[in-house]
Parts: sequence; C-alpha cells; structure tokens
Amino acid sequence: MHETAHELGRIAVTNVGYLWLIPLFPLIGATINALVGWKLQQLFGKKIVHRIAVTAMFAAFGVALVAFSQMLRLPSEERFLQDTLWNLMTAGRMTVDFGFALDPLSMMMVLVITGIGSLIHVFSIGYMHDEPSYWRFFSYLNLFVFAMLLLVMGDNFAVMFFGWEGVGLASYLLISFWYTDPEKAKAGMKAFVANRFGDFGFLAGLFLLFWALGGAWTPRTGSGLRNNDYQPIAELNATAGAATAAQAHALAPAVHDVKVGPTMSFRELRDQVVIESTGVKEHLAGSTIWGVSLLTLVCILLFVGAMGKSAQIPLYVWLPDAMAGPTPVSALIHAATMVTAGVYMVARLNFLFALSPSAMGWVALIGAATAIFAASIGFFQYDIKKVLAYSTVSQLGFMFIGVGVGAYWAGAYHLLTHAFFKATLFLGSGSVILGCHHEQDMRKMGGLKKHMPITRWTYLAACWAIAGFPWMNGFYSKDEILYKAFTSGHLALFGVPTPWLGPAIFVVGIVAATGTSFYMFRSYYMTFTGEYRGNAGHHDEHNEDPHSASAAAMSHLSVSVHASDGAVHADGHAHGHAAPAHGHAVHAPAAAAATAHAPAHDDHGHHGGTPHESPWTVTLVLSLLALGSFFTLFLGIPMAWTGKAPILEHWLAPALTAQEGVPFQHLSHTTEYMFQAIGVLAGAVGWFFAMLLFKDAKSEVPARLKERFLGVWTVVYEKYYVDELYAVAVLKPSLKVAQAASWFDSNVIDRLVLLTGTVTRVVANLDGAIDKYLVDGAVNAVASVTQECGRYLRSLQTGKVQTYLYGALGGALVVVLLNFLIS
Amino acid sequence: MQISLSHFLVVGALLFAFGIVTVATRRNAVGVLMGVELILNGANVNFVAFNHYSGGGVTGQVFALFVIVLAAAEAAVGLAIVLAIFQTFKTIDVRAADLMRE
Repeated sequence: MHETAHELGRIAVTNVGYLWLIPLFPLIGATINALVGWKLQQLFGKKIVHRIAVTAMFAAFGVALVAFSQMLRLPSEERFLQDTLWNLMTAGRMTVDFGFALDPLSMMMVLVITGIGSLIHVFSIGYMHDEPSYWRFFSYLNLFVFAMLLLVMGDNFAVMFFGWEGVGLASYLLISFWYTDPEKAKAGMKAFVANRFGDFGFLAGLFLLFWALGGAWTPRTGSGLRNNDYQPIAELNATAGAATAAQAHALAPAVHDVKVGPTMSFRELRDQVVIESTGVKEHLAGSTIWGVSLLTLVCILLFVGAMGKSAQIPLYVWLPDAMAGPTPVSALIHAATMVTAGVYMVARLNFLFALSPSAMGWVALIGAATAIFAASIGFFQYDIKKVLAYSTVSQLGFMFIGVGVGAYWAGAYHLLTHAFFKATLFLGSGSVILGCHHEQDMRKMGGLKKHMPITRWTYLAACWAIAGFPWMNGFYSKDEILYKAFTSGHLALFGVPTPWLGPAIFVVGIVAATGTSFYMFRSYYMTFTGEYRGNAGHHDEHNEDPHSASAAAMSHLSVSVHASDGAVHADGHAHGHAAPAHGHAVHAPAAAAATAHAPAHDDHGHHGGTPHESPWTVTLVLSLLALGSFFTLFLGIPMAWTGKAPILEHWLAPALTAQEGVPFQHLSHTTEYMFQAIGVLAGAVGWFFAMLLFKDAKSEVPARLKERFLGVWTVVYEKYYVDELYAVAVLKPSLKVAQAASWFDSNVIDRLVLLTGTVTRVVANLDGAIDKYLVDGAVNAVASVTQECGRYLRSLQTGKVQTYLYGALGGALVVVLLNFLIS
Repeated sequence: MQISLSHFLVVGALLFAFGIVTVATRRNAVGVLMGVELILNGANVNFVAFNHYSGGGVTGQVFALFVIVLAAAEAAVGLAIVLAIFQTFKTIDVRAADLMRE
C-alpha cells in the first residue's frame, strides 16, 4: 500500500473555443443526409452521400488532432480543455452547462471514435455499395458518431446521458437498419429494451449520488454534509433561488475554493471528492442507506448502466443479436466504440469506484464471469459474426476486470487495443461476407486465403492481437489487466474483504484467454483454410477452376466498365471474362468507387459462385487498422521491460486520479515475466488446438467430439439457453402481466368507461328532458298564455260603437254601484 | 198634486234612459242620432228644472239654449257622418261600420 506522492489539487482548466466543432461536423453530416440525402442520391448518385459523411468524419478527426496537439503542449497535470457553450439549467445552487471537456482519457476516446470511425465510414462505402437507402445508412452512422462524441466529451452527467441515450437510439436504428426483416427489427428492439434496463440503473445511481452529495430537496438535520463547515452558507442559501448561472455559482457553497455539494460536472465532482479537506470523501464513505454503504450502492447502480451499454452478464443478450445490423455497424458501434461506453464511464468515475472496494469487487467479478461465459459460447458458433460478437462480450469482460481491480489505465488501454483489433476482425468478417456474397456461415466458407489475401492477413494479425501474442497490441493490454488482477488483494464483496478474488479472477481470465485464442483461430481456420465450401448448397455452374473463378470475381468488380454487356453477365459470364483478368484487376478500384450500377451488381451478386477480394476501400481500411493494431503496442510496453511507466499510463495518469492510490501488491520483475509467459502460453495453447482441429478442415476430431459430447455441445451452442431463460423468466411474466393488464383494461377499465358513458348519457337525457319540458315549457307557457289572453281580449275590441257604449255604461254602473256600496 | 223638482228630474232621467237605450240598441244610424237628441233633451229638462227650483236667474235656460244649438250642429255633423257611412258601406246599419276593429 503506497500513499499518493503528492497532495492532489484542483484540475487546472484551459478554456478553448473549438471543442464544439468536433461533434458538430458529424451532426451536420447526419442532418444533411437525413433531410436531403435521398434527393442528392437521386440526383448525383451515391458518391455525394458518402462524400458528405466521410468528409464530416475527417473534419471531426482533424479538429480532434488539433485539440490533441494543444493538449500535448500543456504540462501533463494541466491537460484539461474545457469549452462551455451555454447554460442548460439552473436550479438553486446547481448549474448544468452544455459544455465539452477533454482530458487525456476522453481525448483518447475521441481519437478512437473519430479515427476508427472515419476508417469504418470509408469501409462502408465499399460494403454498403448495393444498398438502396445508402443515404439513410450514412446519416445514422454520422448520428451515432455525434452522440458518441457527446457521451465522451460531455463535461457533466447531463451531456453524457444525452449522448448515452443518443448512441442507444443510433444503435437501435442501425441494428434494425433492414427493418423489413422482422428478425432484424426485433434484434434492434431487444437491444433498445435491454439498454433501458441498464439506463434505469444508471439514472438511479446518478440520483442517489446527487442525493448523497446533499442534493435533498429539503435541508436535512442531524448528521450529514449540512453539518460540515460550509453548512452556514448552505443553510442561508438553501431556499434562495438563482436565476442565472452566475448567481448559482455565487450561491454554491465552497470549501477552500472548491465548490462542494450536488453537481453534475465530472470535474467539480472529482475535485470535491479527491481533495480531502472538503470532507466530501469522508461523508460519502461514511453514509449508509438501509444499512448498505451508499457509495457502494451508487457505484453498483452506475455499473448496472455500464452492464447494459457494455453488454455484461446479465444484460449482454442484446449484443449477439445486434449482429443483425450491417457489418460496419457491428464494427463501429458493437465492437470499437459504443459498447466501451460503460468501461469509459467507470474509468471516468474512477475516483468514486476507488472509494468502494465492494463495488470494485463486483465490477471485476462480473467482468470475469462475462469474459469466460461469453468465450465459451464463442467455441461452437458457426456464424462468423456471432463468434465475433461473443468475443466482444468476452473482451469487454476483460476491460471490466481491468477497471474493476483498479487498473484503470489497463482497462482503458484494452479498450484502445480492442477497438483496433476488433474493428479489424469485424471489418475482415465484413469483407469475407461481401466476398462470399452475403454468406455468414463459416461452414460455407473455407479456403478464402487464395481469394482474399489482404483480408486473410489482416484477419490473422487481429487474431494474433486478440489471442495475446507479443508482436501485436492485445498482449500488452490483456497481460497488464490479468497481472493487476492477480496482484489486487484489496477487493471486497458485500463489504467483506476477499483477498482471494484477485487471483481467482486471474485464473478465470487465463482460461478465458485460452478460449479466446481457440475460437478466434477456429474462425480463422474455418474461414481461410481448406477448400471453399460455399458452392455446396448453391447452383454449381460457376464452380470452375480457380483461375477463371477468380477472374469471374474480378469481373464482378468491373461491372461499371462492362455495363454494356450486362446480357453476358446474366448467363454464365465466367468464361467470357477469363482472359482479360489483369485488365479487370486494374479496373477494380474504379468499379468499387462507382455507385451508379448498383442494380447490375446486385443482380450479379446473387449468382454467387466464387469468393472475391473486396474493393480497395475495404482492403485499405483493413490494412490501416491492422497496422494500428501493431503500432498501438508501443503505448503499453510494460514497466518491467523498460523501467519506465508505459506511455499510455503516463498519458492517462492525470485523468485517472484514483489509479495511484490503488494498493496493488508489488511483485518482482521475474514474476511479472512469468505472468507474461503464462499469457502467451495461454494464447499458444488455444492456437495449437484450433490448428489441430480446424486447419484445412481435414481433421475428423471436431465432428467426433461433437458426437461424443452432443449434450454439452448443444447446451453451449444454444448459448446456455440464456435467451430461453430470459423468455421464461422475463418475457413470459411480462407477457402475463401484459395479458392481465389487457384483461383488466378490457374488462374493468373499459366497463368503467362504458358505465361512465351510460351514466353520463342518462344524466344528459334527464337534463335534456328538463330543458325541453320544464324550461322550454315555462317559456312557451308564458308565450301561449299571453297569446291566448291576447286572443280573448282582442274579441272585446269589436270596432262597433255600441259595444263600447255598453262598456262605458257598464263601467259607469259599476262606479255608481261601488259608490253606493262603499258609502 | 204639486209638481216638484223630482217629477222633472224623473222625466229628465227617463228621457236620458230612453236616449241611452235608443243609442245603444238602434241599428239605424239615424235612429242613433235621434237617441242622442233624446239624451240631450233629457239634460235640457234637468237644466231648466234646476234653474227653476234653485231660484232666480236664467243660467239654466241659457245652457239649455246652448245645448239646443249644439244639438242642431251635432245633428248636421251627425247626418253628414251617416251620409259618409252610407256611401262607404252602402248601409246605415251601425254594426256594419266596424272598421276601427282592426
């Protein structure tokens, strides 16, 4: 256990005015393509659509590089760029700004998102070539990048949550991109719903944290933050409102110039937790709610959010289904960036998680469980993308082991290396799928190394990386994680210290790493070695000798050049194009970029006889990413080799303040070498068995083993029936509840409504009758009485003089008689 | 039998009553005019009788003369009206002249 070398202070902020440009460009791209993309595509072809999208991405990457260079020029402790745009809301002492911040951690994320994102956009040009709603795809993709940038660049929880939901939306839109297929639409929905569960945890954790920091609506009495030394100010101002951000800032209590109390800003939160003299740390560590450590609860709830987004047990189920989306989407969202958001969040809040050994223990434990669970499912999958999906879930588990045990930089480093090699793998699989005419079943591939050399080499390189061989980047991050896991004796579960947990996680991790190596090389051998099996179930007219077959594949790409002989394409074109194969090769790039002949290409695609190498946009991106997977290894050369901290660890140190305080055991360098050897051995063992069993598809052993252990095989192949378990445990009860609710609705609510309607009608009829007969009757009665009176009185006026005379006489007589009577 | 004021008054009242009845019941316009004459003369009898019995003066006689003159004028106007009624309704039945009813 070593103490921090120096007293931690506030983060020095450098205000800059251009950070908002980084997310702006993808937003503009998304907006243009969403609003007028279809028209542009109609008028100018698909080129204009992807040019807009790709330009936006490169512009964002450019601005990110500018920010990166500025950050490099700052002293390492002051690397914090802030760009506050406007005030989102002001409530009492709290202000929330719409602002962006870049520290070394988010800088790394932004570079990954915009850099790899740009490459994947370029890849999509070739991959989505035949897609009619090309503009929609690029619009969604840009929207995703925008949301993801908000997520990582937001300087407070509000902006982060906005991005958090935004990437969920973009993910949903892209998974169900081909929404006419109900399965794919369903997969999108599944992802969205599973993420909702996580988001609920995230929000609950956020609110709890907010409350813990003194954000209760009514001032509390008794023990609590309010009784600390800033209490008088807080009490005085608790009821005073603030109309503007400046007023709120003035109202907020501060201890030693550090704003304390409820805040949404990561920087303020970090400052008040990290600087001991504010007392916030003690308060948080000391608070309990219903007997549970409040901080542990907060961290675990936040981690539930991470579980949803980063596909950890038990919320991982959506990620394998998310493979229904186009392959570039799987690479960008479901491997390189979005799914790492949870890891990023935990790393970003390292100062909170580090305070709660129990929460750390849970994070690491869930990570380890997910790593081995998902890896074992990957063993027997036949869909190449499913293998990669489970591999992603497993690798995310590794990242959570890293951030869980407190090796935040190692988790972040694995995030970075994984982004490269998994993007390579996914895009490689995309290239294979494209080459095999939208076939994803590895049983129908094989022997592709002849046809797709570039794809094959990049895929192999990425396999080395993920399996953990020292000449690729995966080795450095994975071994650092596992080594740190082994040396962490500080974890706890339910508040009980569990020193055995670290080594146990190490063992699980090594087993999972062996498995990873095995299934990745299995997929490699099944796909690229042996004989091509793709024609088994197809029409066989194109199954000719390899030379003319590859020539046919080339002609596939040169449709634009040969658009005039479309008729030839329609009926067995292979012989027609066998001779000028070289010419086609030259034309291939032009064909790949051309988009105007999509229908012809599509028509051709269904003939699907032979695999072919993908267009240059695809192979270029693959090569760049594979190179990236190599070069990023230099960021993490272990301390045991050079005596210096790895470059990335040094770079991330200012952002990961809790890193230094984590009490890892210190073992000798020799021991560390031994751990590295174990890691390589694990990869080698997996590789060896995969080669033995699957190379060239010659071995009969896999089939025999499958026969022998059919029961186990089925259980694993069916993913441990987790989906079925969910169907029984979650879906069925919710359907039951829905049915009950429906019954209640139709039988009780509807009846109540109908009853209300009937009563209302009766009352209305009654009221109508009263109106009609009583009120109207009274009015009419007055009128008719008047009329009748008029009619009778009218007959008095006869117009005859004598009648009047009678009247006058009668009157006189009455007067006389009265006179007599009265007197 | 001494003839007293009462006797005159009874005659006057009878004349008035006959006049009224005539006016009220006659259908002939000329008869009605005649009834009016009776009423006026009934009044004249009263004037003269009261003058005589209230002692001295000629006030009553003068009034009676005025009434006679007035009656002559009235008869002239009345006959003219009767003529007009006849011209309008082609009859002098007063019941026919009920245009005022409307």
